[in-house]
Amino acid sequence: MSAAIIAQVAIGGLLMGLVYALVAAGLSLIFGLMDVVNFAHGELLMLAMYATLTLHQAIGLDPLVQLPLVAMLLFGVGVAIYRGLIARALGIRFNTGMAQVFVTFGLSIFLVGTAQLVFGSDFRAITDGVLSNQTLALGKIVLPLSQVAAGLVCLLAFAALVLISRTEFGRALEATREDRDAVALIGIDRDKVFSIGWGIGAATVGIAGVMLANFYYISPTVGANFALIAYVTVALGGFGSLLGALIAGVLVGLVEAMTALFIDPSLKQVGIFAIYVMVLMVRPRGLFGRL
Amino acid sequence: MSAAEKPNAIIRRRRRELVVGAVLLLALALLPLPIDNVYLRGLMVLMLLYAGLSQGWNILGGYCGQISLGHAVYFGIGAYTSAMLFTTLGIPSTLGMFAGGALAALAALLVGWPCFRLSGHYYAIATLVVSMMVLLLMTNWDFVNAAMGITIPFRAESWIQLQFRVAVLPFHYVMLAYAAVAWLIAWVVEGSRWGFIWRAVKDDVTAAQSLAVRVFPSKMAAAAISGGITGVGGALYTQYVGFIDSESGFGLPLSVLIALPAVVGGVGTLWGPFLGAAVLIPVQQLTVAWLGSAGNGIDLMIYGALIMSLALLRPQGLVSLFGVRSQAGGDVTVGEEVVGETAEAEVVDNA
Amino acid sequence: MLDATGVGPPEVDPIVPDPILQVRSVSKSFGSVTANVDVTFDVARGEILGLIGPNGAGKSTLFNSIAGAETPDSGEILLEGTRISGLGAVACTQLGIGRTFQVVRSFNSMTVLENVMVGAFARVTRVHPAMARALEVIEFCGLGGQVDAPAHALTPSGKRRLEVARALATEPRLLLLDEMLTGLTPSEAQAGMQLVRAVRARGITIIMVEHVMEVLLPLIDRAVVLHLGRKLSEGSPQAMVRNPEVIRAYLGDRYVA
Repeated sequence: MSAAIIAQVAIGGLLMGLVYALVAAGLSLIFGLMDVVNFAHGELLMLAMYATLTLHQAIGLDPLVQLPLVAMLLFGVGVAIYRGLIARALGIRFNTGMAQVFVTFGLSIFLVGTAQLVFGSDFRAITDGVLSNQTLALGKIVLPLSQVAAGLVCLLAFAALVLISRTEFGRALEATREDRDAVALIGIDRDKVFSIGWGIGAATVGIAGVMLANFYYISPTVGANFALIAYVTVALGGFGSLLGALIAGVLVGLVEAMTALFIDPSLKQVGIFAIYVMVLMVRPRGLFGRL
Repeated sequence: MSAAEKPNAIIRRRRRELVVGAVLLLALALLPLPIDNVYLRGLMVLMLLYAGLSQGWNILGGYCGQISLGHAVYFGIGAYTSAMLFTTLGIPSTLGMFAGGALAALAALLVGWPCFRLSGHYYAIATLVVSMMVLLLMTNWDFVNAAMGITIPFRAESWIQLQFRVAVLPFHYVMLAYAAVAWLIAWVVEGSRWGFIWRAVKDDVTAAQSLAVRVFPSKMAAAAISGGITGVGGALYTQYVGFIDSESGFGLPLSVLIALPAVVGGVGTLWGPFLGAAVLIPVQQLTVAWLGSAGNGIDLMIYGALIMSLALLRPQGLVSLFGVRSQAGGDVTVGEEVVGETAEAEVVDNA
Repeated sequence: MLDATGVGPPEVDPIVPDPILQVRSVSKSFGSVTANVDVTFDVARGEILGLIGPNGAGKSTLFNSIAGAETPDSGEILLEGTRISGLGAVACTQLGIGRTFQVVRSFNSMTVLENVMVGAFARVTRVHPAMARALEVIEFCGLGGQVDAPAHALTPSGKRRLEVARALATEPRLLLLDEMLTGLTPSEAQAGMQLVRAVRARGITIIMVEHVMEVLLPLIDRAVVLHLGRKLSEGSPQAMVRNPEVIRAYLGDRYVA
């Protein structure tokens, strides 16, 4: 096996890892904010992918152009989910933890069913976008342009997230996370912070979804796969840590690619799971997490 | 008369539960006799199976408070153990199911050992990841026939092997026995030292520790019992259907269906899983058969909407409609006395 | 370690005859905040000791260290010759230390009987003995008429009795009471003091933490006064009240119960 192939697979894994990192960042943001794990996170990704597909086929908009549109759409969906479901779940005094878990769980099942109804179960793909079927060659290494673009866009989105965290809103977010109850005393509208937090969390997943739609298959169940990887990534990086999500995401992408190459493609996720188990045993709160 | 001389509320409630349980058992034993419809009998078999499975889940998820979203692991381990023992060594399933249960209990301890350190949501995710991991491994492991699964060859009609050529009725009684035993185990455990400790830990860990309660062993005990019951159910299911593969043994939909009856019916109660199974299984079977058969997704939409509505509107479960108090109410996430009192007002309303 | 009379040879020279608890040079800080500095005193078997001092004196931290909820940075605490500092709350309770909480921590989803049974389960494993033991303790603490009442429905003084009952069910040799009499009406406080005396009459040594001295004076045999993390003085309650240093420590922090 030549060094070029190994390098190619490694870089490919890295690029995918950046996508994973962005998906994980959205999840981590929401969890870090309000201790709610969004079990419908994968389905938000799936929604974004279908939105991209629909807009592409209906109006002919290229996925790249759709980025801001779909991001805003998903932002709205995130806020709607918070207002309609999560806010209510948080208000339940009985067995709060369970209500939160099952409400997003039910949502994920509902969304998969809706997608099946509206789009059918067949696998779809975007094959005629600006980025489709193009490659980038770096010496002996050949990479699909769509994947390179995905990695870059996700990295940029990540940078944007970091920037947001430095703004006043970002600090309000941080303050709310630190002490949910005290922030009302300093004039922070907790409900608004939560809404926007959900919006941003969903929007980040939306961006990842748009870029994925360029080269990944689209189906109602595509979210489940990414969700699982997102959980592992966030657990590995530490819930509530952006930096952790980035490092963990890249690591996960790399391990997945290497496992596929050196062991067996159908077992590529085993490598990821093995890491997860190791992290569980050795450092349950993840690399950068606050338990 | 001092407090020690009259039977207190605990004793009275326990006796009541046993009486109701016995009556229910009798009713369920007689129920299928006048109903000669194969489909309906099959439906009842499934309802009883899931009642037992969910009761097993309830011990860990409801009474002990650790929500497992990957309970299919234990089901699958029980199923495969029993199936493999029969197909490779000829050991009848009435023995194999106990081996399956034991291995499943062991697996539950293995999973619990690192995972019980994690709080609430982290734990749920960990159970999810573990079950997905096992699913992946089992789908690729040739020793257990990988994705093709194991078929139980029919040898002869036998109660020892739990095989019956056509009749569904014997399995009704098998599953009824299973559900009844699961119920009984839950009844015993709920009123035992473990039951008290689990509730105390859920209400206030610090106070519990000041009373010498060791949290970790109590959770391990819950895990082992829960896993064991689920594992036996898996073995029985395999005998009923005659086949097991990785998806039907370890899949996520199965994990959801094991947890859901308890959540829908009333988590942390004796009757919740039964009520939940009685409602959910027919709904699930019917929606899949009538609406979802074309894969059009409506069944999932109904299913998902049902879960969301119940989680938000009736978190105490359907048993609260009958005035049964859940034991899971101690979950107070913020603050101390004040919040606790409000939460209890909610629960007591339904007492 | 323990001979037939249940008394072990103290490994540390006692300050009082027949001590049940020995606190030796205990210090504890939380970051830059010093809570206890070099605190040393003994608790005699069967006495009611008051641990008093104004707010911020370090009483709670010391209390928690004795109960096992905190570990001292230095020094040690011995229960009948056995070192208990650093063992944790569960071990300390098993060795015979019971405690209540300043802010009552009832198991709100459970009844009075169930609450106390949790304590009883520290000593027995089977339900019926635990139930019997709990019922006896409940009767002793004056909650006999509310056996099946939900814990959250009790009056504040009832809840404090429940705390005591629960801790008693673990069969402690030493009972730590955290501000048990604070904020009670005079008649409730009287009833509370009666209960404390009854507990001592059962042979249990008691340490009571209070920051209002007046409440404790008629009840305690001796007092240890803490101020700004250090032991300021110890002795009879009458001597403490007349001690100029103690008075000065309190003047700047007058607190009405």
